[in-house]
This record gives sequence, C-alpha cells and structure tokens, in this order.
Amino acid sequence: MAVIEARGLRKAYGPTVALSGVDLRVEEGRILGLIGPNGAGKTTALNAILGLTPYQGELRVLGRDPWTERDLLMRDVCFIADVSVLPRWIRVSQALDYVAGVHPRFDRAKAEGFLARTDIKRTSRVRQLSKGMVAQLHLALVMAIDARLLVLDEPTLGLDILFRKQFYDSLLNDYFDRTRTIVVTTHQVEEIQDVLTDLMFIDHGRIALESSMEEFESCYAQVMVHPDRVAEARALNPIHERQLFGRSILLFDGVDRQQLAALGEVRTPGIADLFVAVMGNREGAAR
Amino acid sequence: MNAPTAASEPRSLYWSVRREIWENRSVWLAPLIVASVVLFATAISTLCLPIRLRATSTPAQQHAAIVSPFSMAPAPIMFTTFFVGFIYCLDALYGERRDRSILFWKSLPVSDGTTVLAKAMIPLLILPLIALALGIITQLVLLPFGAVGLAASGRNPGLVFREFHFFRGLPIMIYGLTVHALWFAPIYGWFMLVSAWARRTPVLWALMPPLLISAVERIVSRTWYFMYMLQYRVMGAMKEAFIFDKKGDISSLSQLTPGRFLSAPGLWVGLVFAVACFAIAVRLRRNREPI
Repeated sequence: MAVIEARGLRKAYGPTVALSGVDLRVEEGRILGLIGPNGAGKTTALNAILGLTPYQGELRVLGRDPWTERDLLMRDVCFIADVSVLPRWIRVSQALDYVAGVHPRFDRAKAEGFLARTDIKRTSRVRQLSKGMVAQLHLALVMAIDARLLVLDEPTLGLDILFRKQFYDSLLNDYFDRTRTIVVTTHQVEEIQDVLTDLMFIDHGRIALESSMEEFESCYAQVMVHPDRVAEARALNPIHERQLFGRSILLFDGVDRQQLAALGEVRTPGIADLFVAVMGNREGAAR
Repeated sequence: MNAPTAASEPRSLYWSVRREIWENRSVWLAPLIVASVVLFATAISTLCLPIRLRATSTPAQQHAAIVSPFSMAPAPIMFTTFFVGFIYCLDALYGERRDRSILFWKSLPVSDGTTVLAKAMIPLLILPLIALALGIITQLVLLPFGAVGLAASGRNPGLVFREFHFFRGLPIMIYGLTVHALWFAPIYGWFMLVSAWARRTPVLWALMPPLLISAVERIVSRTWYFMYMLQYRVMGAMKEAFIFDKKGDISSLSQLTPGRFLSAPGLWVGLVFAVACFAIAVRLRRNREPI
C-alpha cells in the first residue's frame, strides 16, 4: 500500500510556483531522501503532505486528505519540521505530560527510556537545553509515538557531527522496523546515504530524479580516469565531468562496470556527486 | 483503530487548556500578585479601623466602615483578570507563530478547533474562576484582620461576621464575573482573530481599525456613534447588569438585574460577533505558517 500518493501536486505562492505538478508514490517501509537546493519546493511538498498548507492536485497520505483531516492524520504521522520548534518555555516533564495527554499512540515509558540515555533533566525548560539536547528530546518524543509515517525536515540542521550521527543511528536502530515509512530532507546528504532506501531529487518544483538506492548503486558509477584514457572515457557519454588534483572524474549512468574498470578507478558515487551532476546539467540546460 | 477517537476530544481539550496555563503564567500570577497587594493594603486599612470608626456617627456609616474593605477587595482582582484576558488573547495565536512552536503543536493530533476553544476558555472560564477563587480567599483571610480591628476599637470582634455577609457577596461576585465574561466575549474574540491574522504588532491591528472607523465617522458625519458603541462595549456590562446605589456600590442581590442584562440586544449581538471571530480564528490558524 502506498503511504503517500500524489498526482499533479501543485502549489503557487502568488506568481512563484513552489510545486509544479509533482507525481509521487512512497510505499510502506521505505526511507525516502528528498534532496534539493534551497527553494526547490521540498518544504512545500512536506507541508502539503502534513496538512500544513493547501494545494492543488490529488494527494492522499495513508488514505486521507491531509488538508481537511490533519488532526486525524497526525495520529499516524509524526514530523520534526526543522530544528527548534519545541516551545522554549516548556519543561521536559510538561512536554511528556502533554504529548501523553493528547496522543493516543504515545508510549511514555519508551520516551523516558530514550531520555534516560541523555543528560536531559526532567525539570529543565527547553530554553535551558543545548541545541543538540533539544533535538534529542524531540526525537525521543517522536520515536515513542507508534506512527506509520515519520517526516523529518532538516532534522539535524546546526547540530555537530556527533549528534547527527547519533540521531540517524537511533532512528535506524530504535525506530525503523520495515513497516514504518520515513521521509527526510537534508543538505547533509553524504550522512544519510547509507540510511536511505530511496532517493528523490527535487528542483524548481519538479522531480528531477527518482531512484531506489539499489538502482542508484547499480546504475551510477564514478571513474577516476587514467590521464591517457580520457578521450576514450568521454566517448561513453558521461553525465558529468569534473577535475580533481589534475585527474578527470567522470560520472556514468548505466555503463557496464567492467568496461569502466579498464579506464580507471571505479566506485559508487556519493549522492552529493550525483546531485551536483544532475542539478548542474539542469542549470546548464536552463541557460 | 477508531476507538481512541471518541474519547480523546475532551482529553485533548483538557491538556490544551493545561498547556495554556503552563505557558502563560501571568494568567494566575498577575491576579495573585494583585490579590497579595490588595490583601496587604486592606489588612493595614482594617487595622486602622478604630480611627475610622471614631469619625463615624450613624450605624449606617459604621456598617460601611467595617464592610467596605471586604466588599472592595475582589474588584481589583477581577479587573486584573479582564486585563490579563485581553493581553492573553492578543498573543494567543500570534506567539506560537512567532516562536515557530505552531509546527510542534500541529504535529500532534489536536484540531485547530480544539486549540482555539482551549485558548478561548482561558478568558471566558479559567480567568473568572481564578478571580473567584482569589476573591474568596482574600476575603476569608481578611476576616480575622477585621475582627482584630474591631477588638482594638473596643467592640465585639464577632461584629465583623454579622456586618459582613460573605454568602451574600459570593453570588454577586459570581454574577459579576459571569456577565463580564459574556459581555467581553466579542472583545476577546476580536483580539484572538487579530492574533491569528497579524504578521506583526497584533495590538496595533486590534486597536487601530475601531479607532479609524470612529475617526472617519467623525469626519464624515460629525457624529460619535461608533465611539459610543465601543464605550458601551467596555462599560455596558456594569450598566445593563447592575443598579448601583447612590454611593456607587453593589451590596444587595436586589441590585442585580439579570433580566435586563439578558434582554439587552448588545449582549446577543456581541455573542454572535464573538462566535464569528472565534470561528474565523480557527480557519486562520489552519492556514497560518510561522512568521
């Protein structure tokens, strides 16, 4: 069953088109990374999915219309919409009380368990916590909710690398169980490469690339080409070429790896490499 | 799967009201501070009772000297809660957008209707209850001071319990709080609507339009009808719900005029306006994003 299903999803703010006819289908049990430059429409897409903004076109999340049924949808959907949206005045104990009070699927003992691993005191107010601790608290609250879809919009922005690593580790180890679905956006793409099952690039309100990670790993190859074989490599239609330490690095889509191995060192590209290639080409095409 | 749906609506409302009180500590702190000050001032005044009693000649004046500190005490507490209510409403749906916490509240299964209802209950129910509780406590704490004052002036300390009818004052207090909550409902509603709509300075957006309308009316037709209407909204509950005695006091139940209050068109027009404002605030909150 599709957790998210969108057809012709459109959203414009006055003359600015944030989403121009996006078709999207996210199946249960996937971890989808939504990657795009600033202003590409990622947050707009997530806001539409979460019922925070009206839209045109068809959109179903867990079979519901998010705009008209947000409160019902939120029983099964959780989200962390960028960092530090927890109210600064609230105490940790009050946050636990409140979520336990209003959310029928919140497991307080579980949240307490997650918090016990941190240095967060129950009596602290959010304003007294460090940025990393606020993220930990929010994650503890969200992971204790037995939801079917979790949406994370830049959940680790501004956190140091240790916190970021820890954040995704606990998400995978303590939360994800193959029946849940996670949609995440971030600029720190390298860090989530191993976490994702699916990848989607979004640019200028459109989907620029859609791929599962298996496809990604089998289709794309990056070759650091021997200097004397560059011409030969270019003949194979690389989708991108860049120079590093005087060597040419070429990115190929759907070219046989054994054939490439003869030209130089072959490895699976990072999401960031592909992102630069795809977005760079689109920019070039636009000009 | 649908089982929790039915039971959780009142539960969400209850927790939403609690979280409003957690966030806005002024809701109970401001009236509490005023009550303490009133208590302090009145306690000193009752201890000076011997001096004031000496200046009286008739039994009626004596009665007034003994009772007035008690009957006056709840009024400042009540006015404080009205004031806190206005301030609260102006920030209720604005603050959560300014600090972006609206994104957290909206990530939980609480509808916009429940949220706005919980916020409306603060000025319409919670603040009057706080005023009532503090009013009662203040009066009860003051009684022994009155007795001491009487004893100091060589009278029977028990007189204070005979002169001051606590159980006559209580229904007047409840009545006064109820009529004001109903009468001010459109002001609370308008302020909350503005707080859901304004991108900045909700206080200006709340106050400028009525003043501008009034100014335009004055310039165009040289009349002040709109200004009178505003004045009636602020003062009207006093006028419609009570008959003040010559000294401007309310001391007996016969001075309450619930019939006249309930038949005042201003009450019902105001309530319809208030319901409309709260309904629009619900719609606005659904659309609103952090500022």
